[in-house]
Amino acid sequence: MNQKRKPLSQNATLIGVLASLLSILIGLVLGFVLLVVLNPGAALEGMTQMLTKGVSNLSSFSQVLYQAAPLMMCGLSVGFAYKTGLFNIGAPGQYTMGVFFALLFAIQFQMPWFVCLLAAMVGGAAWGVFPGLFKALFNVNEVITSIMFNWIGMYLVNLLIANMPVMLASAWGASNSDRTAALSSANPGAIIPKCGLDKLFGDSPWINISILITVLLAIVVWVVLQKTTFGYELKACGLNRDASQYAGINAKRNVVLSMVIAGGLAGAGGGIYYLAGTVQYVIEKAILGMGFDGIAVALLANSHPIGAIFSSLFVSYLQVGGSAMQPNYSPETTDIVIAVIIYLAAFALLMRGVITKALSRRKEKEASGK
Amino acid sequence: MAEDFVIEMLNITKEFPGIKANDDITLQLRRGEIHALLGENGAGKSTLMSVLFGLYQPEKGVIKKDGKEVRIKDPNDANRLGIGMVHQHFKLVECFTVLDNIILGVESTKMGFLQKDAARKKVMALSEKYGLRVDPDALVEDISVGMQQRVEILKMLYRDNDILIFDEPTAVLTPQEIDELMEIMRGFKAEGKSILFITHKLNEIMAVADRCTVLRKGRYMGTVDIADTTKEELSRMMVGRNVQFVVDKKPCEPGDNILEVENLVVPSRIHKNNAVKGVSFNVRAGEIVCVAGIEGNGQSELVFGVTGLEKATCGRIRLCGQDITNARIRDRSKAGMSHIPEDRHKHGLVLDYTLGQNLVLQRYWQPQFQNHGFIRSGEVQKYADRLIQEYDIRSGQGAATIARSMSGGNQQKAIIAREIDKDPQLLVAVQPTRGLDVGAIEFIHKQLVAERDAGRAVLLVSLELDEVMNLSDRILVMYEGEIVGEFDPRTTTVEELGLYMAGGKKQKEGQA
Repeated sequence: MNQKRKPLSQNATLIGVLASLLSILIGLVLGFVLLVVLNPGAALEGMTQMLTKGVSNLSSFSQVLYQAAPLMMCGLSVGFAYKTGLFNIGAPGQYTMGVFFALLFAIQFQMPWFVCLLAAMVGGAAWGVFPGLFKALFNVNEVITSIMFNWIGMYLVNLLIANMPVMLASAWGASNSDRTAALSSANPGAIIPKCGLDKLFGDSPWINISILITVLLAIVVWVVLQKTTFGYELKACGLNRDASQYAGINAKRNVVLSMVIAGGLAGAGGGIYYLAGTVQYVIEKAILGMGFDGIAVALLANSHPIGAIFSSLFVSYLQVGGSAMQPNYSPETTDIVIAVIIYLAAFALLMRGVITKALSRRKEKEASGK
Repeated sequence: MAEDFVIEMLNITKEFPGIKANDDITLQLRRGEIHALLGENGAGKSTLMSVLFGLYQPEKGVIKKDGKEVRIKDPNDANRLGIGMVHQHFKLVECFTVLDNIILGVESTKMGFLQKDAARKKVMALSEKYGLRVDPDALVEDISVGMQQRVEILKMLYRDNDILIFDEPTAVLTPQEIDELMEIMRGFKAEGKSILFITHKLNEIMAVADRCTVLRKGRYMGTVDIADTTKEELSRMMVGRNVQFVVDKKPCEPGDNILEVENLVVPSRIHKNNAVKGVSFNVRAGEIVCVAGIEGNGQSELVFGVTGLEKATCGRIRLCGQDITNARIRDRSKAGMSHIPEDRHKHGLVLDYTLGQNLVLQRYWQPQFQNHGFIRSGEVQKYADRLIQEYDIRSGQGAATIARSMSGGNQQKAIIAREIDKDPQLLVAVQPTRGLDVGAIEFIHKQLVAERDAGRAVLLVSLELDEVMNLSDRILVMYEGEIVGEFDPRTTTVEELGLYMAGGKKQKEGQA
């Protein structure tokens, strides 16, 4: 046996990828079982729709990209925090704040799109500060505070928008006052440009350069974590706070910074989605799900920034496919099926253990066979 | 002729990535003997015991119990064969009572209700028979380390184990407790129980063991009768060369004051009182000042205060004339302080970082290793390779090895390399040789003396009196948070130190 080559059971990257793929497969099978139970006749067609819709035509594919961009940002947010030892379940709140700041600058202040996007980042970051401070100063678990700030953020945004007449669609020639104005009528300059990408995708209304921006940001996050002293410090704090304190790293400052950056990433996700000009923020009483989907994205990617690019595409692909099942299955059903698949995919960690064990058992067998 | 072996481990081979932890090792344990297992850190002792205990499966080799081949797949199998083990780090439930800990896992029940009375009787009988004093109703978190160890021993006896493994049992004990333990082990031997005694303290082997098996770098070096061997012989087998037990030192030539501590008060993390109560001392360039004392008398907190891990509530600390009482840890480090911490896993290393990343933990921010905030990984690699070479840090995959996977001795070497290579004015070393083998201890002692000879100030905290007497130029004894005496190692004795350490005597204020 070649001594220098790592045995298969030791190759962490390969096992990670294998585990993710295997979990996805199991999730798909279970999702299919669910479809059969709910509506046997349409199950096969439904599953086929779900699995092929995303690549069936250019418009659908552009929709996959369009949805993947904010998902990726939320996934990056959660993953980044996780790498530094924090569980940022506050991504939905930070995302909502990002949405608000983006729309505020777009509609109220009539700013161009990049200013709005930066504002979205600042808004999300501002919402990350609080759990970070609570954690650093009073050692309050960030999960508790960020869940509370999810709700605080949502109601605050609802309250503010409802009391800002200029922000509402009714101020811009539409009749409804339960949602923000459409950017096309309020401020077309705030819509993220397409830079000709729409021509590539057959005049799709969905596509714009946001997917490129997010991929770029994913790479930036990876570089920061992997190549910089700042990332070295952040990860050290996440892995061993005592040792980083011993090494003179300001652990408290890093906890806050880490939450701020995570918040900024989630906020940018909100900005990107709502600055596409295709959706309006509706005053509702439910937290926007995008931030929670980010947890699944991060988990699937094993918190790796580059992995988040692919896992967000996957989740987005399922969502687009799910919407195509709709005549035969209610939207709630497709949501459940998607949830099952994502949920199972999150078992990747468990799978990793199983695969490692199986591989080393095979190796042992080989060894004893020789 | 068949000898009466209770356990035989024949030709055991166990590989880990990049390293053969056990390479064709044979260990035969006779009935009713105390068999020592000796080897450096990373020699493969723990791996071998883990194989015997069913935690690892060997690639090659067989294990025999009473001459019959057995397969031990997990610790339960080991237990069924009568094998019990006292781990180096005790495996007790802190918030359970002593009795609950002993019966945990083998509780006798009636209709789902615990039947503790019979268990209590059996425990008390065992405790009496072997002189293992315990309080069955005390919580484990409240009792001394020595008693915790007795609880671990009772756990084995309660399970009727007759093959007892002791993994470095004396590392955490006071000299009196060590003597007691030796007595208890002899009692077991008289009962016909067989003992495997893992250690790297040669004195203890000479005192209590019948035979000794020596491992070096994963290989079997041989088994010797203690009656026919000497300490020097054993250490030669273990390290592969002659070991100096006493470090050669030039006479001390102290220079300027490097560290000055005045009236330092540091709060305790465990209780509400102060752990350090107004301590004053100084350390000069070119001398080793040793703080001696029994564990828990404020030495750790004193170091926390000096190094900045804990805020001093009162007092003044000066390093090279500069007031650092409230300085940040990074600034203390920049001012010339290096710190070899007491707990290498908690403070000393980021265990999930690679060895290379750990070696730059104190200086990754220096221009040598970063460029506009980007880590110069080539430089880090080069630097790590140099330290690995110079300090003989052994690991499976060099600088890329995850620190967690390295042996304790090599982890400690990595920390020492990092702290000494920083070229400090003051080196604070807390129990730098705890749990290490003679080879590594010799190496670390030499390094400390070399630092002193190079004109550095060394503040050493140690629980080992041999180390204190051997290395220091001045000795400060701490008792209950105060310095109760200052001694010259050339004119004092271990006995005198012991008296002060136990609080029996105290020097008057101002006397030195």
